[in-house]
Amino acid sequence: MRTMATEELAEELAREVAGRITDPEMPMLTLADLGVLRDVETTGSERVTVWITPTYSGCPAMATMRDDLVHGLQQAGFADVDVCVRLQPPWSSDWISERGRHQLAAHGLSAPGPAPRREGPVPLTLLPPRRAVTCPRCRSGETELTSEFGPTACTALYRCASCGEPFEHVKEI
Amino acid sequence: MNQTHDANPAHEAGSVYDGLLAGEADGHWAFGTSFEDPLAGVDTTVPEGVDPGDLAGYCLMLGDDALVLSHRLTEWCSNAPDLEEDVALANIALDLLGQARLLLARAAAADPAVVPALPDGSPVPPEDALAFFRDEPHFRNVRLVEAPTGDFAATVTRLFLCACWRLALLERLATSRDQVLAAVAAKGVTEVTYHRDYAARWLVTLAQGTEESRRRTSTALASLWPAVDELFGSHGVEPRMAAAGAGVDPATVRADVDAVVDQVLAAAGLERPQVPAMSGVRDRTGRDGLHTEAFGHLLAEMQAVARAHPMGMW
Repeated sequence: MRTMATEELAEELAREVAGRITDPEMPMLTLADLGVLRDVETTGSERVTVWITPTYSGCPAMATMRDDLVHGLQQAGFADVDVCVRLQPPWSSDWISERGRHQLAAHGLSAPGPAPRREGPVPLTLLPPRRAVTCPRCRSGETELTSEFGPTACTALYRCASCGEPFEHVKEI
Repeated sequence: MNQTHDANPAHEAGSVYDGLLAGEADGHWAFGTSFEDPLAGVDTTVPEGVDPGDLAGYCLMLGDDALVLSHRLTEWCSNAPDLEEDVALANIALDLLGQARLLLARAAAADPAVVPALPDGSPVPPEDALAFFRDEPHFRNVRLVEAPTGDFAATVTRLFLCACWRLALLERLATSRDQVLAAVAAKGVTEVTYHRDYAARWLVTLAQGTEESRRRTSTALASLWPAVDELFGSHGVEPRMAAAGAGVDPATVRADVDAVVDQVLAAAGLERPQVPAMSGVRDRTGRDGLHTEAFGHLLAEMQAVARAHPMGMW
């Protein structure tokens, strides 16, 4: 017989397990630290629903995230795992946690600055984006953009003028 | 030590590929992304006062624009002038493909009658059925997106024109009464913003570059310009969706789009081409399913593999 206590434990366990699953493209980040994991809800002690949000509309990692969540939660004893999509509000790089930002830097990626906030029509920008990007390797601020588009939708490519290291910068969105 | 590798997947011990299906009971259709439903758990109730058929038709229009433009951009994969542009165009195409997928899924959820019928037991999800199993007259995209890709100048010029227009539509659509459309639009605004910036920068760079790059850019602009007028034509569905507070009448974004286009043309030192607009046939255009010759070839390439293996699983 299930008791209130085991149901509360189930909820706690589900949050902990879901919170450990990492992003397939940036495995140094958990989905929770990336801000992609929006909610975890249990019904009884065997049923769990998880909500995730795509970082970009075409994010190809959604299926892998879903599979990893389902697999992890099933391993933890949840027989019935449902992964749902939450589209609103849209993901912002501001949702990356402080721990996530440290993890990015520790693995050679530069964390995003504050996402742009606008009111009214979106202004046209004819000059390349200017960001104050610090080299994650040597901490120099002398960095240059090599490509605004990188190997995944969420990163741009930079190079450090001081140590010569090329690195990825997670874009502000 | 000798070891025999058994490559026969029918071997009773299974094959090395079996592990790829771990966590999935029975595989999935070979050509999708394997996330069965991109709107899983999303409330797709059609808002009161919005006609489900109109909502589906409207989503097909915006979804098909994104799908077809995405396909044209992917033609650059491994062919772009340099690696950075290859990656940039592929990234932009991926954003548009993601928007298309959500919009086609939204169309199917609003009115399942728009989805082509497939045999029983078909593993093809509705949005893929719409992309791969509709015939040309059922595609509702504007004709600008289907024009042949052409050279790099034509690619950035078309991307620029399309992005200016789509951004203006999506900005307004973010307040749609349909929560799904509103969410897709709000997300799309952040993406199409940098699509437009990327294309505008290249347009100015090429127009102010060498004599040859300038010639190519101004040729591209003149050849694409006749298809621009169609972007602002109101098809029956759009004004009805706008009246219901769920869509945008493209006629209402013309002034804003013109202002941005003129700003960039001025920076590029180019004039608006003086060429007549592309005509329809008995007033029918891309939105009505009337397309140009190039579109048949595009669909053949895009759909051939899926149609050859409609039951393909892995």
